[in-house]
Amino acid sequence: MKAASLTTWLLLSEWRARFVQLIVAVMAIALGVALGFSIHLINTAAFNEFSAASKSLSGQSDLQVYGTRGLFDESLYPRLAQYEGVKLANPVLEFTAIVPDKLESRNNHKLRILGIDMFRAANMSPDLLGVPAEDKLMDGLADDAIFLSPAAKEWLQVRQGDILRLNVGMQSIALRVAGGLTRARAGQRVAIMDIGAAQWHFQYLGLLSRIELKLDAGVRHAIFKEKLQKELGAQFFVAEIVDQEARVANMSRAYRVNLNMLALVALFTGAFLVFSTQALSVIRRRSQFALLRVLGFTQRQLLRQMVMEGFVLGAIGSLAGLAVGYSFAALAIKLLGGDLGSGFFPGIQPSLYLSPIAALVYFFVGLGVTLLGSILPVLEAVRARPAVVLKPGSQDSAMERLSTPWPAMICLSAGILSTQLPPIHELPVFGYLAIALLLIGGISLMPRFAVWAFSFWMRIVNGFISRGRLNAVSLMIFARLANAPNQASIALSGVLASFSLMVAMAIMVLSFRVSVDNWLEYVLPADLYVRAADSGNQGGFQSVEQQIMTALPGFARIDFFRVQQLVLDPNRPEITLFARPIDNANPGNTLPLIGEMMEQTQWPKDSRPLWVSEAMVDLYGYTVGKQVMIPIGNMLREFTVVGIWRDYGRQFGAVQMQLSDYQMLSNDLSINTVALWLQSQTTMTDAYATLQQLPFSDALEITQSQAIRAKSLEIFDRSFAVTYLLEVIAVVIGLLGVAASFSAQTLARKNEFGMLRHIGVTRRQILAMLAAEGTLLTLLGVAIGFMLGWAISLILIFIVNPQSFHWTMQLHMPWSWLILIAGILLVSASMTALTAGRRAVSANVIRAVKEDW
Amino acid sequence: MQNDRYKQYIFIALILLAAWLAFPVSQLLAEGPRYKQVVPHYDLTFPQDYGAHPDFRIEWWYVTGWLETSEKKPLGFQITFFRPSTGHNPENPSQFAPKQLIIGHAALSDPAVGRLIYDEKTARAGFGLAYAREGDTDVKLDDWYFVRSPDGSYTTEVQADKFGLHLTLKPSQSLMLQGKKGFSRKGPDIEQASYYYSKPHLQVSGIIRHQGQTLTVKGHAWLDHEWSSELLDSRADGWDWVSVNLDDGSALMAFQIRGKNDKKLWAYAKLRDANGHEILFAPEQVEFIPVRTWQSPHTNATYPVEMRIRTDKTEWRLMPLFDDQELDSRSSTGAVYWEGAVTVFRDEQKVGRGYLELTGYVESLDL
Repeated sequence: MKAASLTTWLLLSEWRARFVQLIVAVMAIALGVALGFSIHLINTAAFNEFSAASKSLSGQSDLQVYGTRGLFDESLYPRLAQYEGVKLANPVLEFTAIVPDKLESRNNHKLRILGIDMFRAANMSPDLLGVPAEDKLMDGLADDAIFLSPAAKEWLQVRQGDILRLNVGMQSIALRVAGGLTRARAGQRVAIMDIGAAQWHFQYLGLLSRIELKLDAGVRHAIFKEKLQKELGAQFFVAEIVDQEARVANMSRAYRVNLNMLALVALFTGAFLVFSTQALSVIRRRSQFALLRVLGFTQRQLLRQMVMEGFVLGAIGSLAGLAVGYSFAALAIKLLGGDLGSGFFPGIQPSLYLSPIAALVYFFVGLGVTLLGSILPVLEAVRARPAVVLKPGSQDSAMERLSTPWPAMICLSAGILSTQLPPIHELPVFGYLAIALLLIGGISLMPRFAVWAFSFWMRIVNGFISRGRLNAVSLMIFARLANAPNQASIALSGVLASFSLMVAMAIMVLSFRVSVDNWLEYVLPADLYVRAADSGNQGGFQSVEQQIMTALPGFARIDFFRVQQLVLDPNRPEITLFARPIDNANPGNTLPLIGEMMEQTQWPKDSRPLWVSEAMVDLYGYTVGKQVMIPIGNMLREFTVVGIWRDYGRQFGAVQMQLSDYQMLSNDLSINTVALWLQSQTTMTDAYATLQQLPFSDALEITQSQAIRAKSLEIFDRSFAVTYLLEVIAVVIGLLGVAASFSAQTLARKNEFGMLRHIGVTRRQILAMLAAEGTLLTLLGVAIGFMLGWAISLILIFIVNPQSFHWTMQLHMPWSWLILIAGILLVSASMTALTAGRRAVSANVIRAVKEDW
Repeated sequence: MQNDRYKQYIFIALILLAAWLAFPVSQLLAEGPRYKQVVPHYDLTFPQDYGAHPDFRIEWWYVTGWLETSEKKPLGFQITFFRPSTGHNPENPSQFAPKQLIIGHAALSDPAVGRLIYDEKTARAGFGLAYAREGDTDVKLDDWYFVRSPDGSYTTEVQADKFGLHLTLKPSQSLMLQGKKGFSRKGPDIEQASYYYSKPHLQVSGIIRHQGQTLTVKGHAWLDHEWSSELLDSRADGWDWVSVNLDDGSALMAFQIRGKNDKKLWAYAKLRDANGHEILFAPEQVEFIPVRTWQSPHTNATYPVEMRIRTDKTEWRLMPLFDDQELDSRSSTGAVYWEGAVTVFRDEQKVGRGYLELTGYVESLDL
């Protein structure tokens, strides 16, 4: 027989013999690859779409000039248009308007509108031009016309010629839907208007949001950018498209990387599963290999045979994984949207792009993991001396090498060390490394634990037996578990990995949820919050409306908020500025302060106090006591950081200051939000009625803090939907692993069972023994998995989260959930063991014993 | 991409076509502001009327002429600035409010190239970046401009991607009021009229950028300045127009408005000799007779590029510098017309050079 056909024959006959285990192993690989690949696909699609959508809004410009405080005076436009080296300057006024019909959906009631000069935009962003009706060609310049992208039309349910109402400050204006856009990205919700009409109707007279520049040929962008930036000063920043891409990337990077990491974790679990399947299969076939060696197979040939086996398994699994991953991604995007419900990429509708490189990478990761999982056990089997192997009972010694504690100890120590290292590029790389190392280390130590635990139990059981309280079967169970720990622990590695990860995620998610809930209670102390649409760069409530609000009856307290977006660093997303009354003597009453703070008596006299969110410390280095410059009005003003508060709402940073300080520095007396506390005798209905009677009540958006909290938690749960999904999949992989290894083991122990039957042990007893073994093993796995998971959750909570999202949280344990999952695992593991056992003992007893000789 | 831009710009073309091609103006004006009307017996006053007239719906300054390089090679050129009002709400206080637009067209005819080289630009008036000022000729469109100095000479500069013109135009004769004292009728209806004066025999000197070279040029040009709120009869299909600087110092301008089936709706001609003596021809005395047509490979339109023009008993024959002087801007403004340098013969003798404009020859514009 030729070598090649022998290889095939060996492969096929082996696979035919243990079809189910193979299917499980392939499925594990496929699931791991599928998860990783689909998350990659979804993320890439969402990110590309989001960045393409924001790029399409900013056109094909070389440079863009923004104001650090958002809007800026239009006088910059003629200056830049005539600036040396500028070929074309395109002024843009970008803002959102509130759609009154959509007010009930709190986070989804704004329409993005771009005011453009179509003659300038035609050469810069030709996609963003209105397409008027054939008989109304002047609409592109009309003062009452608005053009909507298809997605916006669908969302607003309007057609060409309809009237669209939008809120501006306390007023409502009506615009005519004059047509669509030249080319809007699918799902992109955006409206276009003439810039002059937009300035007029939306009260942005004299203001622009950005100027896009195209430079003359031959002008060096970098030099020009630097020169212009210097000339414009701190009020403006000059950005290139790449900067903007970086900004978009920065915005969602932590989220994307963390999701990818979760996918890798799934693959990692898959690898453990392959390892356990292959290891057990190799052990079972040791005598077969030895026989082949005796018959003239070389070590090399044998190794090649096994590598080949792993390769084929890995290839099939990875390919299936790619296919499943792609379908899953397509389905998820269709059902959940590109951000998988987390809200990171709003207002877009991504489409999948299958990148061959990414597919190859995931294919090879899956293949590599499988090869690794199958080569490790094979190496030993191949090296073993055939004569020794051919004797029975050598199986456990085979795994001895794997139970050396040193690599595991090194892994654990390296893992602990990694927790102390800082993030790389603001990503918790070492945090994830620590998790991986802890898992590997913990699982490798599993045999040690097993020996230790079950020997201990065996002594106790022995005691019971000697006192006649237990029968010999119990002793057999513990003897088996204590003395052949390697097989047992291999069986458990898959379930251990998945259970510990599940525990970790569960602890992290609950801790996060409880912390968010507490925080919401803290940051939303008032009963009602009333907001109005901004008008221009002014908050919706001017002095007149503020006086009316203050005079309202039935309220115990009324606070005014001025909220704005600021740019401190052009490469980072905007931060949020809150100006509100803060109790200087006791700021902890107003803000969820954490960590060190400066007492009022220590504040510098010539500076103003500023409270910053945790993210500001990580991203901008705003530590307590530091003097910082914040653009207020048209100037940079000095503030002193006097405290740090926890913020789960804005991961890119937020600062709070006294409303009085803000108003004095900016001369801006308008506000956007009013917080209202009810008097004890006022009911919510009364309060609503009072507010409804205001002359400008139509323009108000009234929310109860209860509703905001409920909504926030709903969003929270939705964004963790993927995490839950991953957890479930990890558990399924783990259970498949248990099933696979138990059936492999029980089949391998046919001889043993045959022998037991011969010496009078009943089938029932053997089955009970198997079930007990399974349960005990799983119990140990659950215990160790819990320890490992708890350690990993600490890493997630105290390292990964602060490093990627810049917020901290307190530890909370989801006991009931953990117990439930542990229970399910135990039951299903015993059931699996039992089912596998049934098959083993049903075999012909006589033959089983004969086979051994 | 090109096609998209085309759609965007169509409406601008429409503004122009409304002026040129008998677009029912009343439709555009249905809700827009009222414009000043052109009336007879109005005395044009200068330099006031050199400047812009924003109360009128449309206005243009139109320079055409023949240039000669230092190597004696002939070139034709055209520079036009349009100022249309848009009908945008006059109450909008925004500086961006697009109440007035400035549109520039520039073209160069080089027989060595064999087809028109062309560029155009549009902007809303405002921010000192684009404007047509009142008081004296002063039009700016980013880096394109057309300005009259107090000494009476004009300076204009147009820098396009493919070519550039930087010219000074000095008057050598007094200005020529068209129609009756500048009141120029365009149709059988008395409302269909414009205020219209010309400056023939402008002495041109300057430099042009062409095919990567900078060339010093000299030549003769003709300037038209015209403004109106309602120009053409609704039955009009297009027009043929010619201006000629005759070698003996005379100046001839003639046009005909064509209705459907190329029937003459209205015609006009005025001939002024070097001494300033003018002959005004009645509509029935002026006739445009096609001699040879040329079919554009770009638009499939057929233009009578060689014409005989009869003014009473005199017959002028126009020969194009070359055939393909079609201005095909369907990729931008969408306007298509033939605007070409022509040599003028009388009794088989070359008597002058001018520019011929042929509009409305493209089969019903597919808008």
